[in-house]
Amino acid sequence: MEGYYQKDIECASRDEIRSLQSRRLVEQVRFVWNNVPYYRHKMEALGVCPDDIRGVEDISKLPFLKKDDLRDSYPDGLRGVPLKDCVRIHSTSGTTGKRVVAYYTKDDIDLWDDCVARALVAAGISDEDVVQVCYGYGLFTGGLGLHGGAEKLGCLVLPMSSGSTDRQLQFMQDLGSTVLCCTPSYAAYLSETINERGLRDTIRLRRGIFGAEAWSDDMRASIESSLGIKAHDIYGLTELSGPGVAYECSVQKGMHINEDHFLAEIIDPDTCEPLPMGSKGELVITSLTKKGFPLLRYRTRDICILSEEKCECGRTFVKMSRPMGRSDDMLIVKGVNVFPSQIETVLIQQGYAANYQIIVDRENNSDTLDVMIEMTSENFSDSLSKITAQEKTLVAELKAMLGIYANVHLVAPKSIVRSEGKAVRVIDRRKI
Amino acid sequence: MEVRQISVFLENKPGQLAHMCRILADAGIDLKALNIAETSDYGVLRIITDKPRKTISVLTSESLVCSSTDVVAVKVPDQPGGLAGILDVIAEKNISIEYMYSMLGGNGTTSAIMVFQTNEKSSVFAAAGLEVLSGSDVGIEE
Ligand SMILES: [Zn+2]
Repeated sequence: MEGYYQKDIECASRDEIRSLQSRRLVEQVRFVWNNVPYYRHKMEALGVCPDDIRGVEDISKLPFLKKDDLRDSYPDGLRGVPLKDCVRIHSTSGTTGKRVVAYYTKDDIDLWDDCVARALVAAGISDEDVVQVCYGYGLFTGGLGLHGGAEKLGCLVLPMSSGSTDRQLQFMQDLGSTVLCCTPSYAAYLSETINERGLRDTIRLRRGIFGAEAWSDDMRASIESSLGIKAHDIYGLTELSGPGVAYECSVQKGMHINEDHFLAEIIDPDTCEPLPMGSKGELVITSLTKKGFPLLRYRTRDICILSEEKCECGRTFVKMSRPMGRSDDMLIVKGVNVFPSQIETVLIQQGYAANYQIIVDRENNSDTLDVMIEMTSENFSDSLSKITAQEKTLVAELKAMLGIYANVHLVAPKSIVRSEGKAVRVIDRRKI
Repeated sequence: MEVRQISVFLENKPGQLAHMCRILADAGIDLKALNIAETSDYGVLRIITDKPRKTISVLTSESLVCSSTDVVAVKVPDQPGGLAGILDVIAEKNISIEYMYSMLGGNGTTSAIMVFQTNEKSSVFAAAGLEVLSGSDVGIEE
């Protein structure tokens, strides 16, 4: 039996959903016009005013927001309410090191928790479950996002945060965790460790909610069989709230978008023209209810396909496929967003030329990030200790910029492969 | 009275050293001394050649990263305790050695030469009574 957290809306008719979206869009556009001058200026530049938006059919009249807009309006140019009405921020990395800060009102958090609770119930989770959250807590939305939804549903939540596998396994056994929330690669790592240590019979996991990183059906099958669980995908972005923008039901074929809160479009990333339902393109999301950080037509850069086909689970929300790639050069490494431009910024600050190569790989189910940097005559000397000290500084600065550890390799000049005179910046060797 | 040393950045990959030596050979450059300090990824190769300026220009034209530094060459008596005596003097003068290596005595002599990179100039070595060699003493032509 399929369970629902908010059945009325999750299973509403397409017409009902569409008219709710239209009503909310009209209100939201007016709200943004009145409260977010940055976006109002963008609308004015296109000659659009709130009266032009009468329903979802008018969405394409509105200007897009890109990650660069979030950077340019940093830290609070897109905030929709006074600071005193905000209760939390989350933050994600920007393209060149300037971070993106998203604001939340009490209502925003409440609605976000609803979205996550829907995801948990759709995965067959209830207030009887013990939910172990191993996503990072803090600026990253994974930890607090899953935490909020699970707590709202009435689960017992174990706020483990990421890392320290021994402690994770001890709590998992001692408290009888039934649900695991983490990145798919950490789930694979835990499952390997559990099986190596022969702990399979001492754990009681039955469900997994795994997101924030790309994975495949093969990886799902292997995690499911080695842990004896059902594994569900979850999608979200800090800019829009966090995990819970879309979630997977028992059918496990695509993720239902929480359409009462998020209006989804697919566009051609080159022409920015809207594409018909079923086309592969870039996902654009308009947040219909968020007030702290109300983004209209935000370009996610995730390439996917939307489907309106009736789902066996009974939900009527449109489904999105797993992201199939990016329309920019962002990489997701260990669940963290990495832009090559961030690495470039550090290199230039440290006196290296922008000749570099990023190699991403996966060893023992954990992502690795290696940065090859061409040695320059300015940084070279006869002193090995000076060079190794520079290397250490580079590693520390990259860690500070990216939030994750990168192996630095100094290589000979011109040794980084160039194709047609242009350096090949990123090699992703992960077979997912 | 320092001696010019060339340092070259080499990746730890098969054939790198051979490649560099071939470049020098083709340019008619004679290696007088060679020393390598390495990490797992790369090495800093330090060489003394008979033609330092030409060495830099041919290596640079082959896209190798190099730099030049002055080092101090000291003659070492070829007998037991020869090096120990010199290091005692260096320690007494509180000179700290970043690295050192040996080179051939050059021009048919049998005595040894030690090359030092320290925090002091050659004049301090000479004032301490050590026999400091010039570039031409160790076979540098330029
Ligand atoms: Zn479904």
